[in-house]
Amino acid sequence: MAELLFALNIFILATFVGFEVISKVPRLLHTPLMSGSNAISGIAIIGALLIAGAVGEPARSVLGFVAVTLAMINVVGGFVVTDRMLEMFKRKPGDDGTQPRR
Amino acid sequence: MTIIFIELAYLLAGVTFIIALKWLSSPRTARTGNLVGALGMAIAIVATLFHQGIARFEYIIPGMLLGSTIGAVAARKAAMTAMPQMVALFNGVGGGASMLVAWAEFWVLTPGRVALDVPISIMFTTLVGAATLSGSVMAFAKLQELVSGRPIIYRFQQAGNAAVFLAAAGLAVYLILQATVSGPVMAPFYVVLALSLALGVLFVLPVGGADMPVMIALLNAFSGLAAAGAGFVLHNHVLIVSGALVGSSGVLLTRIMCWAMNRSVANVLFGAFGATVQATGAAAGRTAQSIQADEAATLLAYARNVIIAPGYGLAVSRAQNEVRELMKALEARGVSVKFAIHPVAGRMPGHMNVLLAEADIPYDKLVDMEVINGEFPDADVALVLGANDVVNPAARSDRSSPLYGMPILDVDRAKHVIVIKRSLAPGFAGVDNDLFYMDKTRMFFADGREALVRILQELKTV
Repeated sequence: MAELLFALNIFILATFVGFEVISKVPRLLHTPLMSGSNAISGIAIIGALLIAGAVGEPARSVLGFVAVTLAMINVVGGFVVTDRMLEMFKRKPGDDGTQPRR
Repeated sequence: MTIIFIELAYLLAGVTFIIALKWLSSPRTARTGNLVGALGMAIAIVATLFHQGIARFEYIIPGMLLGSTIGAVAARKAAMTAMPQMVALFNGVGGGASMLVAWAEFWVLTPGRVALDVPISIMFTTLVGAATLSGSVMAFAKLQELVSGRPIIYRFQQAGNAAVFLAAAGLAVYLILQATVSGPVMAPFYVVLALSLALGVLFVLPVGGADMPVMIALLNAFSGLAAAGAGFVLHNHVLIVSGALVGSSGVLLTRIMCWAMNRSVANVLFGAFGATVQATGAAAGRTAQSIQADEAATLLAYARNVIIAPGYGLAVSRAQNEVRELMKALEARGVSVKFAIHPVAGRMPGHMNVLLAEADIPYDKLVDMEVINGEFPDADVALVLGANDVVNPAARSDRSSPLYGMPILDVDRAKHVIVIKRSLAPGFAGVDNDLFYMDKTRMFFADGREALVRILQELKTV
């Protein structure tokens, strides 16, 4: 149970960090922020790798294989599509982008 | 010794994710931020491959290759108009991966030795991960119009959903208690899995197309929660931190979307908004005035200020490039052109921005609602393109309207209004739009792209 409380501690603090860090996101970036953070949720790849790489029942390894595949789709697809979107956001000459747009 | 390096790599990955989100919140740094996040992910993956628990690679390498290929191809090929569906699917597979991790861990629970927190986390992750997966697939089907975008409702829907949820949760509690005594019992687990998958579908069914920005943001939050849950299962802090970050960004976007519609999350999820259609204006004895391409072109050409209000119809008719051409043609004549962006126009948060950016329209032309609303009285022409509910003046004045209270684009305050629309059909909310019947309003009945092409042709002769 001590482990659970410790983990909960980290979870709650990280949630507050998340709110703090992105609370001022301009509307322009709603989609890229969403798809970028979506790619980060592909971090489940870590768990998937640990299962796919463990020695044990083949059926469990197959679950691991599917999990690795799905997580990699999430990770690679998420980051690539976000980059594609952000590449399109053009600025006008002379605008150095230092003014946050809301 | 290795484990220390792995933990340090995880710490570094967590930090890069925080920096990535921070930088993603500013136009100047967004692209770098995304790359920093990708780098952090690569670090975490490579570090994990050195983990002593990883003894073989014959399941890992094919999985990574297959997943990367599918992800990269899908992300490169998808049309920008299909972005909401794409994001929904990526959310879904992330939730699915977390669900599978929980499943695989449940399988190897050893009775007696496990603390209660592991099975609790496993059941939580299974429920949330599975619901994210099936809910996202359902959202994809709605956005792709494989099923109707209208809310799908039936009798005792919410009570039925609650019953499914309670059955899944009750069974989960039983499995948690049982796991510490006799180890994993798989048959009831599969029932929980099936119920959770069903729940995701049932949850999305009553949510209609125009409410999808909220649903997509919420599914994003869920995929984060599922990843964090997997972190609780594996006692892995980088999963917990990353999942929490994604969860908070999803929740924040969900709240922003709801504020923009002046509705609560509960109302969006359970309100089945837009399921009923009210009487149309024609039935109420009113007539709208129509306009042809030549008149529209003249009106636009001799204006000083034009504000274009785009909506989902723009995405449907894929007219973003024609809009850019119109902007250029008008600017060549010295007309000032701006775009009015409503926060929930489209099917996902920021949909209009992405769509217009694809057409090379500089982002300083895209003006947020609060700012542009002050400029409508000075606009000679407001051109409404595939938007409806977000420009309905009833939201300001008619207390009986379901839209009442929703902030709207004040296009009706411009001197002239041109609405490009295929018919007088009501918008998603199923309410008639008074804007169409105003004296200053002219309706251009045509598909969005076709209408713009014709206006562009006429502009050459004005």
